[in-house]
Amino acid sequence: MNDTELKTARAAEAGHYGKDVRSDLHVSIEPRDSGGLEITLESRVGLYYGSSILSQTRQVCGSLGVKHARISIHDEGALPLVISARIETAVKRAGLGSGQKALPEKVALPEPTPRDRLRRSRLYLPGSEPKYFINAGLHGPDAIILDLEDSVHHAEKDAARILVRNTLRAVDFGSCERMVRINQLPLGLQDLAEVIPEAPDLVLIPKVETPEQVAEVDRTIGELKARDGIDRPIWLMPILESALGIENAFAIGTVTPNIAALTIGLEDYTADVGVVKTSEGRESQYARTRLVNAAKAVGIQAIDSVFSDVGDMEGLRHWGENSRALGFEGMGCIHPSQIPVIHEAFAPSQIEIEKALKIVAAFEEAQKRRLGVVSLGSKMIDPPVVERARKLVARAKAMGRA
Amino acid sequence: MTERIELAQNAAGRSVPTMVNGRPQIPFLGVAQYQPRGRKAAPPICSSKDYPENGDKRVANLETALRNCGLRNGMVISNHHHLRDGDQVALMALEAAAKLGVKDLMWFPSASFPSQKAAIELMQSGVIHHIEGSMNGPLGDYCTQGKMRGVGVLRSHGGRWQAIQDGEVHVDVAVIAAPTADAFGNADGSHGKSACGSLGFALADSTYADHVIVVTDNLVPFPCIPWQIQGNNVDYVVEVDSIGDPAKIVSGTTQITRSPDRLRIAEFVARFLREAGIMRNGFSFQAGAGGIALAFVDYLRRMMKEDGVKARFVRGGSTKFLVELLQEGLTDYILDGQTFDLDGVKSIGSDPRHLATSPFTSYNYHGKGNFASLVDAVVLGATEVDVHFNANVVTHSDGRLLHGIGGWQNCLAAGCTILAVPSFRDRIPVIIDQVTTLTGPGELIDVVVTERGIAINPRRQDLLDAVKGSSLPIRPIQDIKAEVERICGGKPARPKLGDRPVAVVKWVDGTVLDTIWQLS
Repeated sequence: MNDTELKTARAAEAGHYGKDVRSDLHVSIEPRDSGGLEITLESRVGLYYGSSILSQTRQVCGSLGVKHARISIHDEGALPLVISARIETAVKRAGLGSGQKALPEKVALPEPTPRDRLRRSRLYLPGSEPKYFINAGLHGPDAIILDLEDSVHHAEKDAARILVRNTLRAVDFGSCERMVRINQLPLGLQDLAEVIPEAPDLVLIPKVETPEQVAEVDRTIGELKARDGIDRPIWLMPILESALGIENAFAIGTVTPNIAALTIGLEDYTADVGVVKTSEGRESQYARTRLVNAAKAVGIQAIDSVFSDVGDMEGLRHWGENSRALGFEGMGCIHPSQIPVIHEAFAPSQIEIEKALKIVAAFEEAQKRRLGVVSLGSKMIDPPVVERARKLVARAKAMGRA
Repeated sequence: MTERIELAQNAAGRSVPTMVNGRPQIPFLGVAQYQPRGRKAAPPICSSKDYPENGDKRVANLETALRNCGLRNGMVISNHHHLRDGDQVALMALEAAAKLGVKDLMWFPSASFPSQKAAIELMQSGVIHHIEGSMNGPLGDYCTQGKMRGVGVLRSHGGRWQAIQDGEVHVDVAVIAAPTADAFGNADGSHGKSACGSLGFALADSTYADHVIVVTDNLVPFPCIPWQIQGNNVDYVVEVDSIGDPAKIVSGTTQITRSPDRLRIAEFVARFLREAGIMRNGFSFQAGAGGIALAFVDYLRRMMKEDGVKARFVRGGSTKFLVELLQEGLTDYILDGQTFDLDGVKSIGSDPRHLATSPFTSYNYHGKGNFASLVDAVVLGATEVDVHFNANVVTHSDGRLLHGIGGWQNCLAAGCTILAVPSFRDRIPVIIDQVTTLTGPGELIDVVVTERGIAINPRRQDLLDAVKGSSLPIRPIQDIKAEVERICGGKPARPKLGDRPVAVVKWVDGTVLDTIWQLS
């Protein structure tokens, strides 16, 4: 806490409390120039973790360099990583906190993810709702997305950024790929500065219309990785959400080899085009097939939008099956109950798997016998068909189906 | 309190009082260790010459009925919770007693509900001396703060029957709320504007109490069919405008949880029953009406259909979900203890395969067996479980009274007892080193299912073998505990409990299992 800081310091608050709030807390801070830290705590779990919360508060303030302040906390059973994040946010909003970040205990980083990993489902988690984080991985999506963009109110962007950073660092998401959706640039650059040091596996870039937008994100990530010595891949998934974005799909996809997939955002796309979004999706048929074609031309994955009616499982199944038929490899989900339906919809059928297995077996037999031509029964099999069958078998194996 | 409290350590290592409300107690001796002796209690012999020949036992109001029953200071008055939070009869009876100027009653409800918090004023004014029965909310706080004069006694539904039958509790006057009754006192719970389903909780009182009063808002000409309560046991019938608030007696529709974590737990439970081979033709199960239990029934139903499996019987608390099983032919019978929603009430009133049972048939441990031990699997909740599978349902982790025992203890007799619980609530871990209040001994609890994995009691090698190779996340209980402690930032601090007993938890055989201590 230096003099310049103190001059501009002001009272501030962060987080939420109340009867209906779970796993969060509210922190208010009143900076002062002497008297040390004075902390008052009201907590739903005070009996069990009261002294732990107080010592954590002192430790977080200590590393942020806050020496003198009145701090009042209303806790609704927040986990330690949330407590640190809310205190840090309040401190920063108060114009303090030039010391070291107060990072929560780190869980082991999972293995880096391959560019073409299975991405059938990605579960959106609002970046300002900590109660959903801790168990999200249990529901078995292929990926979770910590969202800093549309699900976060503009006044809470700073808070969500810190919370998401702590979550990437301290929450074990099991075998899920850890994705972050940043804000549009230039706000997204601040998001990157906060989250890249925690090595997310993939960054979703919203509302991409031009290759330059992706290039800027790619460059920024590269610089941050070099600064922090991160040598594992951080993939990119541009979200195309306008007519212009769709028109530029191929050019966008070729900006950098760090792009793993292209995806589409249908709420914004339909608004941009001026059509009504339906659960059949005829209005976006062109945009979606165009995106699939562009992605395949680049050699990356095509990923579909979300199906927003969480009560309509039949509609979701139908959407997913149609989406797979168009060439998409996965889609987003907004509730864990959508995950098994999506996985089912994007799985190859048993008939497809059996046929592919036969083709692969015929190919291997031909290799063994050094034959240039692969045939199955009386039919000759072209090399691309073999290649597709091999991919299908590999994916079916990854899904536990072959 | 000036009296000296003698404490003894019971077989579960818990410190329990040796005297409760002036009666000597037997500390818990271990599961199935206590051998009762003697003969059952009995009400006085009555003569028809003292009752109206035309069968009309109506009197003008409850005050008259209570006066005629000879209610006086220090007596035991009982009520029942089949109208749940909608009940108005218990307070009506206690307030009528107050008008008579009677003091120091022991109130003996089968369970109390938040809407009965006015009982606190009746304790403050001296009408009620103390309560033996479940207490939660404001009544629970009143008790744990040490404000009640006597010691609370918490019993299971079966334990309440046992206590009455064994003469531990002598009911002087039972006041039974009846959704339908005739003037002779025959009473039924499955019809009428205040229909609730079964009146089973009142059955023991109706046969063992010295005096029985039936209060109804739907008087029908003799005979009231079916007569769940027999008029031959009834002294007086009182007609009132309303016995309860129908909206709070049963819920209109029962909702399945939408919480993904709870759905995951429910699905694990159903898959466990299927993969352990418990879900097979002719099997039986019981699940409550909590969110997880309802979702479990829904998952199990789908699996039963897929596998072409039928149950012989299911045990209620019934809801629409059990009724659907019955209607779809997935079970031959519902043996119902209480009825939670409108579909359940409609079914019990119209379908002969949906039977009202009582704690005697289902739960009473001091009988020649009971149905609870014939059930293949039961799915229950808990506030805490320890690493030895002991569980707590009656208090919060801070020692405040939270729930009654209900049928929970009795259900532990099932072939496979499953606790379906989240691994932590807010930040508080559910699996801990030692439970705050022991309600169920670990040797009777077989499986703990959480969203992070399934722990099987090492005593049940048969179950461990049955699911070997399954894709279910079977884990040692210590493993799940350690993971949750890491998430929550360490073990929770233990609350400091006081040293004065304010209530005791009885085991199903009437011995004292644990103590609730006054909170500072």
